[in-house]
Amino acid sequence: MSQHEVSVTINGDKQTRTVEARTLLVHFIRENLGLTGTHIGCDTTSCGACTVSIDGEAVKSCTVFAVQADGATIETVEGLAAGGVLHPLQEGFWEKHGLQCGFCTPGMLISARALLARNPHPTESEIRHGISGNLCRCTGYNKIVEAIQYAAEKLGAAGKGA
Amino acid sequence: MIPAPFDYHAPQTLDEAIALLGRLGDTAKILAGGQSLIPAMRFRLALPDTLVDIGRIRDLAYVEERGDHLAIGAMTREHALEAAPVVAASYPLLLDTAKVIADPLVRNKATVGGNLAHADPANDHPATMLAYGAQIIARGAKGTRTIAIDDLFVGLFETSLAPGEILTEIRIPKPGKGSGGAYLKIERKVGDYAVAAVAVQLELAGGAIKHIRIGLTNVSSVPMRAKNAEAALTGKKPTDDVLDAAGKAGAAECDPSADLRGQVDYKRDMVRVLIKRAVRHAVHRAQGGKP
Amino acid sequence: MATHLDDRTEHHSPKPEGSSANVPTSDDVRITTPAKVCGMGHRMKRKEDPRFIQGRGRYVDDVKLPGMVYMDIVRSPYAHAKILKIDASEALATPGVLAVITGEDLKKAGNLHWMPTLMSDTQMVLPIEKVVYYAQEVCVVIATERYIAADAIEKVQVDYEPLEAVVDPHDALTDRVIVRDDKPKKTNHIWHWEAGDKAATDAIFASAATVVEEKIYLPRIHVSSIETCGMVANYDKARSHMQIYMTSQAPHAHRTVFALVSGLPEHMIQIISPDIGGGFGGKVPVYPGYVCCAVASLVLGRPVKWIEDRSENLQADSFARDYHITAKLAADKHGKITGLQVYTLSDCGAADAAANPSKFPAGLYSICTGSYDMKAAHVIVDGVYTNKPPGGVAYRCSFRVTEAVHMIERMVDIMAHQLGEDPADFRLKNFIRPDQFPYKSPTGWEYDSGNYKAALDKAMTMLDYRALRKEQLEKRKKGQLMGIGISSFTEVVGAGPSKDYDILGIKMFDSAEIRIHPTGKAMARFGTKSQGQGHETTYAQIVAEELGLPASDIQVEEGDTDTAPYGLGTYASRSTPTAGAAGAMAARKIKAKAKKIAAHLLEVGEDDLEWNVDSFQVKGSPDRKKSIQEIAFAAYTNHPQGMEAGLEATDYYDPPNLTFPFGSYICVVDLDTGTGEIKIRRFVAVDDCGNIINPMIVEGQIEGGLTMGLAPAMYEEIVYDANGQNLTGTLADYLLPTAVESPKWELGKTITPSPHHPIGAKGVGESPTVGAPPAIANAIVDAMWHLGVRHIDIPITPQKVWRLLRKHGVTD
Repeated sequence: MSQHEVSVTINGDKQTRTVEARTLLVHFIRENLGLTGTHIGCDTTSCGACTVSIDGEAVKSCTVFAVQADGATIETVEGLAAGGVLHPLQEGFWEKHGLQCGFCTPGMLISARALLARNPHPTESEIRHGISGNLCRCTGYNKIVEAIQYAAEKLGAAGKGA
Repeated sequence: MIPAPFDYHAPQTLDEAIALLGRLGDTAKILAGGQSLIPAMRFRLALPDTLVDIGRIRDLAYVEERGDHLAIGAMTREHALEAAPVVAASYPLLLDTAKVIADPLVRNKATVGGNLAHADPANDHPATMLAYGAQIIARGAKGTRTIAIDDLFVGLFETSLAPGEILTEIRIPKPGKGSGGAYLKIERKVGDYAVAAVAVQLELAGGAIKHIRIGLTNVSSVPMRAKNAEAALTGKKPTDDVLDAAGKAGAAECDPSADLRGQVDYKRDMVRVLIKRAVRHAVHRAQGGKP
Repeated sequence: MATHLDDRTEHHSPKPEGSSANVPTSDDVRITTPAKVCGMGHRMKRKEDPRFIQGRGRYVDDVKLPGMVYMDIVRSPYAHAKILKIDASEALATPGVLAVITGEDLKKAGNLHWMPTLMSDTQMVLPIEKVVYYAQEVCVVIATERYIAADAIEKVQVDYEPLEAVVDPHDALTDRVIVRDDKPKKTNHIWHWEAGDKAATDAIFASAATVVEEKIYLPRIHVSSIETCGMVANYDKARSHMQIYMTSQAPHAHRTVFALVSGLPEHMIQIISPDIGGGFGGKVPVYPGYVCCAVASLVLGRPVKWIEDRSENLQADSFARDYHITAKLAADKHGKITGLQVYTLSDCGAADAAANPSKFPAGLYSICTGSYDMKAAHVIVDGVYTNKPPGGVAYRCSFRVTEAVHMIERMVDIMAHQLGEDPADFRLKNFIRPDQFPYKSPTGWEYDSGNYKAALDKAMTMLDYRALRKEQLEKRKKGQLMGIGISSFTEVVGAGPSKDYDILGIKMFDSAEIRIHPTGKAMARFGTKSQGQGHETTYAQIVAEELGLPASDIQVEEGDTDTAPYGLGTYASRSTPTAGAAGAMAARKIKAKAKKIAAHLLEVGEDDLEWNVDSFQVKGSPDRKKSIQEIAFAAYTNHPQGMEAGLEATDYYDPPNLTFPFGSYICVVDLDTGTGEIKIRRFVAVDDCGNIINPMIVEGQIEGGLTMGLAPAMYEEIVYDANGQNLTGTLADYLLPTAVESPKWELGKTITPSPHHPIGAKGVGESPTVGAPPAIANAIVDAMWHLGVRHIDIPITPQKVWRLLRKHGVTD
């Protein structure tokens, strides 16, 4: 069946590959582009481990075909630390012990960033709803919420957006 | 889980899309948000030979009040409904609904048009559009036509859209003074389909319910209105007794299936309880109450 | 393996003196080192986090080797069926498909189609005659691309003759339908197990003033760590070397099992367990997919990757629970508990493959007298085969302690309610008291330390328990249903002393190897394997505590069997009790040598020296000292004549006893009488895990475990239909809680150190999963007790609550 050329700008780099139409974006990112920070945790669009940012929106990359993302700007966890400086969310997750096994973490970070971009001062309930598309088995979520609150405060103090 | 291979087209215009669908016939499926279709393809439950991706067609995503109705482009993402000030201001039933569809990530991709065209009785918009008495605009090779929402859902996963016809716009009549609406959904957890859900849109006059439409989610094989419940409420003041009778009528007229979400008697009783609560909330909003 | 377990009676070897003691309880985390050393008690930021937060973890599916190919599995759509024919011709003819391996192929390769289980039973790797569970592995396909392998499995034609499936273990007991006709005895009954004293217990019950009896079913659940299982097997024919990357919680044990099963020499097998995305027990069993992957690499001579899908993981991999319990609790006329009788039917699935210590087919279930003082107990468990996947302890359960605690906490609550006593006061009256230590339970456990009253008092204070009871009465008058549930659990972790604990004969010690380099930095390798528990940080803190070396200067490694000392891995909360202890002991051996070197450098006798945080100093002249770093340098440059150079030590630690963490949890719920929905208003968790290494990490373990206790209490259940087909085989229907369902847990602690552990610590990771479900169940039943509700099996869903409310005349 049909093969397609897919060009994306990923974490600031322009990349082009030729793939089958059925290639899932998460496989495109992990296998074709070699960025394995984005993970696969389920097969029913349930867990959010595959969350990436496409044209500024947080999306589950297992439920998008790579061809749909042709021409898009994609950001994954590998692109969060600008110029080697950790993003306040990465700092927050580290400070507040917002991760244990680390497998859901990339997806959580991207989701959290999208949440804070839309809602810079979320309540606890808004945070919990905001990350309800991302499952974690290790942390019980409390410290993920605290990590996001840490980042919101830090970004707010710096007058920055997420 | 890996989908089977398929051919893929991404037309730039609606006419191109319609022409493609005409040429390919039922071997092709429309790809909108993909949040229902792609999971089905990953389990090889859906096996289209070709996907026609309408995601590149310009001007299919908008949320605008146009005089007497709210016009929603079919490719509008669910999140856009959550974010649109006009929806929060004047269409609380729609906002309630958008907030409980799947999860926030899925809502960035899933489309209103897709949610309706899939005709899944478990989806949330069908009940809400039934409650609003919405209209659907569809365009095909023979031109454009309007379909009343009451005529859209004809069977399980089946709409009255003709082969090669694309749903392009949804029109919700602007609610008049004294109107209120609410969507209440019971789900096993956030992100799940409804155990049962009720959409209510009503208009009060002189303390009584002048008009009311009630849509039900996931308690029938075809999205349905609770017409007996509506009849029990129309022209009446929303007292406890009236609400009780309406709830019972709604419970009796729906047709839930037993599954992992619940037994039939439980689901019926949830319809009964939710009708009462949703009508109360809609009345509260009709009287100017917030939220 | 000729015979499997038949009838067994539990036996506990006597513990050395001091293994159980009355140890005082404190509230304060002990910190004795400065921040720069960061020993025990410090909230040290985790050393492993930088790679995870930057997406640079290395999990098995991230491993890419040159020439690597992909394996996928054809699985059975039937729970019980004869295999008439497997036709792989269409698959083999597909471009990119390299091989198809069937049971017949494995048999020809040296009887590899069967493998031993960790309980010394046998399990099919791939079937020849019949399949015995839904989603069982039938054959495997290897192809050049992942997507081609996925296509190819659809092309394999398997003809089945369906057989009747036995799904209900009570039905299995009748032997009407036999699951394992490969066994010499045609029966589904696997083993019979007893603990305690039948005669003494019968006598207690004969004269008891009050007896309560209840049937309690704990359904199957699945641990569903966010990373599924997988392997990259890489057999290098030129070097006769097998390198395996594997999602393994116990890489050394797995290496030994592979060597025994495959015949490959153990020194030529390397298992690397890299970063693991959650284990919780699900990555302890040896699944058929692993064996097939390794065989495929052996045959093809190139790397083969197998990563299972989530649905495969949920449907075929090891489950937990599935215990059908009938329990009876006896009390005297003062409401003092006197005895416990428990009968349990254990639905083991199609093989006895639970990862229990070999002498304990029902795990540590006999801990079930819990925190309560009683005269006698008798526990019986029968294991049966059914047409379901094998397993049993893969969900953070401490080897069946979740089942034991759920049972005793429900029974204690039922009895309290039946006697009209407040459930907290009833517990306080019946707790084992500190002055009863050293304490030996009626089933033979010697609890190392415990102070159950202190934990419950603290929990009650944290949420003003008495005020909540008043509120409950007020609300009840208005028809509002509020419930308060308590769980005061005693856990048992840290398997275990070599006399009683082994897995497939390998004793359950664990190990640490520490080496300090000339410039004062250290490597520390352990036989355990973290899957998120933070060992790279906590083990460094233990060594820092002992030696004064900054924890940031200690690199902890686990998981590579070529370099790490032999250990039994991480599960059942055993790491701190065993490997953590080994780390302390190895550090102390180093400290003993360091003292000799310091004495040499300072030209004094060893007796003239005292230790101060990170240095040996001369008694009375503290300015004359040598730091551990100076000593390390000297170990290579200026060590005493006759002494070996270097500064390193290894310890294989055989714990003298298990450790017994404990706690009290209190849950407050409000029920919606219209919908049956349950809102957890508050949940207070007071835990005691002895001395705390890193309070932040302990909090994380508890919060995570609480959510994994909430999940079975209210959301998760594996459901089979009458034909044994799994109806909850994806995350769409197997419901993991999100951040919305999971409440804001409130934590407290008491600290009652372990008297026998070198640093006084106990395990903690599973306490919350053990303690939480009964607290939640007790709260919901408590809300409806006055209506006539006595017991509800978990998961307690809104539908179950609704049905009970309506049955008892309560509506909206």
